Amino acid sequence: MPRLEPPQRLPRIISSPGSTTFNRTSSWRNLVPRIDLALCTGCLLCWKFCPEACVGLPGPKPEIGMDYCKGCGVCAQECPAECISMDQEAEA
Amino acid sequence: MKKVLTGNYAAAEAAALAGVQVASIYPITPATQIGERLSEMSAEGSFGGRLIRVESEHSAMASLLGAASAGARTFTATSSQGLAYMHEMLHWVSGARLPVVMVDVNRALAAPWNLWSDQSDSLSQRDTGWLQFYCASSQEVLDTVLMAFKISEKTFLPSMVVLDGFTLSHTYEPVDVPDEKAVREFLPPWRPESRLDTGAPAAFGSLAGAKDYIRLRRRMAYDMEQALSVIDDVAKEFERLFGRRYEPLAPYRAWDADTVLVIAGAAAGAAEAAVDELRRDGHRAGSLRLRVFRPFPADALRRMLHGGMRLAVVDRSFSQGSEGTFSQEIKAALYSSSPKPVTTGFVAGLGGGDITVDLLKEIWAEAHNGTVNPAETVWMEDAR
Amino acid sequence: MLEIRFHGRGGQGTVLAAKIISEAVLRGGTGQCLAIPEFGVERRGAPVVAYARISDQGIKIRSKIYAPGAVVLLDPRLTGSGITQGLSPGALIIINSERDLKSLSQQFPGMRVRSVPARRIALKHGLGPKATPLVNTTMAGAVCAMLDLADRAAVADAVASSVPVKTRENAEAALEAFDLVEEKLYA
Repeated sequence: MPRLEPPQRLPRIISSPGSTTFNRTSSWRNLVPRIDLALCTGCLLCWKFCPEACVGLPGPKPEIGMDYCKGCGVCAQECPAECISMDQEAEA
Repeated sequence: MKKVLTGNYAAAEAAALAGVQVASIYPITPATQIGERLSEMSAEGSFGGRLIRVESEHSAMASLLGAASAGARTFTATSSQGLAYMHEMLHWVSGARLPVVMVDVNRALAAPWNLWSDQSDSLSQRDTGWLQFYCASSQEVLDTVLMAFKISEKTFLPSMVVLDGFTLSHTYEPVDVPDEKAVREFLPPWRPESRLDTGAPAAFGSLAGAKDYIRLRRRMAYDMEQALSVIDDVAKEFERLFGRRYEPLAPYRAWDADTVLVIAGAAAGAAEAAVDELRRDGHRAGSLRLRVFRPFPADALRRMLHGGMRLAVVDRSFSQGSEGTFSQEIKAALYSSSPKPVTTGFVAGLGGGDITVDLLKEIWAEAHNGTVNPAETVWMEDAR
Repeated sequence: MLEIRFHGRGGQGTVLAAKIISEAVLRGGTGQCLAIPEFGVERRGAPVVAYARISDQGIKIRSKIYAPGAVVLLDPRLTGSGITQGLSPGALIIINSERDLKSLSQQFPGMRVRSVPARRIALKHGLGPKATPLVNTTMAGAVCAMLDLADRAAVADAVASSVPVKTRENAEAALEAFDLVEEKLYA
């Protein structure tokens, strides 16, 4: 019904840590970063600069987690070896 | 213990007695002495809270938003332009449901520059979600600040305790200052369940969509309504411990009166004196002091007044293009009553004009004799 | 209800004189006193007004005082500036002056004039410089005695709790003026 009764509990907008992981920001992406691992020196600047913290380090070389990558291109801009390219997202 | 205090010093004593943990104050006439006194008390060791020196009133309220979010009991004081400058943060604090207590010393708004008492500063903040209490003596300032902490902490709504610039803020009078032990019994330390805590990290104040936003406001409206009964409970407990009772509306010889002066603040005393003089001359005069303005005690007002009465509402503020704030609110509250009192709005005492017994008798007579059109606001001044 | 208006100069402690009387009345236990400053844009030396409203019952009226029963002049050179405004015939004017009462009275026809040698007393106790002695405590002591507002002990206590510097000297000056008063008056 359209009539709005007051909520029983005092509503507060308080979020617990990690709550932003519910928002899969990969849906924002229209360019996708690809790392040419043959040229990658493992300097970790992409890991350091990624604003979404979605560059993982499973081994000595980085790997980009595509659940949260928005395709912003900061990693490609920062990479001194210029081994990250921003490619068109493939059609589903 | 009785001390001779001004309204400002009574407010500072109350903040110290309440065990305020963080006070953040920017000086402005006529409220400056509150911060000065707290600073002195801090140096003497009689105020144990932290005093933050800030660069503006906006920052004063912003820092209290942070301190109260961390679970501190918080206090500030301001006036006029300072309160106007805080406006944005007032919404933030009430929306975040934080029990900040602030003293506002009524002073007119510029331009032109003016230092004296006028209620337009506090009344122009009426829609910010703050409780508002209008005091009529320095004793009431002290008592209301103490009660405001308890009321705010129970309702999760901030409180503004309002007193008249100079007429109360700078006038010395005897004030009964309760001892700290009794105050602590009345007002134990505040321990909020959710607060900023590095041991249990959480994010406060993130974005809310329409569905959450309206629910938050709906709950705030409900809590505002409920605040009237909280105010009543706290007043009863205060009376039990300290022997002084405060009601949201204070009628004076009003029950059998045919014309009633309605007024808020320190000039209410002059209204009572005017009523005494009018009664002595054989008139059925009464007065009604509006003490709690937010939440507006509309039910109590309707119960107290009846259709045969005439009301003379004395406003020390004016909403340009409309009428005095109290007049608007009282007319709105009485709209559903039938028959309703004939209510006339009078504007007096803007910019510090003295609201004297003689002036109030004139206002009473104008309303009583029906020489004014209730649809129009009547502007009055004491010519002296 | 007794209403008093004080005329002084900025920096002279005019409001404090009213506050001391309020403290003395509280300590005397016989009534209530409001000490009300008339607050303007203040400047040292400029004429300043303050009020005291005293009653043995609760005081409701907080407006300014327009028709005082008594006027207290902290500085005798202020005579020009509205001293007699609102006074009814027979009102009391208490002046800080060592001039003879007859010539002072001629200045205010129809009024009851009394003088207090407050300047001499204040300087004797080392209160303020010679040109501008601080006479507020001395005058407050004299007013309390003249109008029978409080006893010696209450006056001494009132000064002690109101004046943080030269507390002893101020209290002694107030009591010296208190003791000089031989006649109780009613305003």
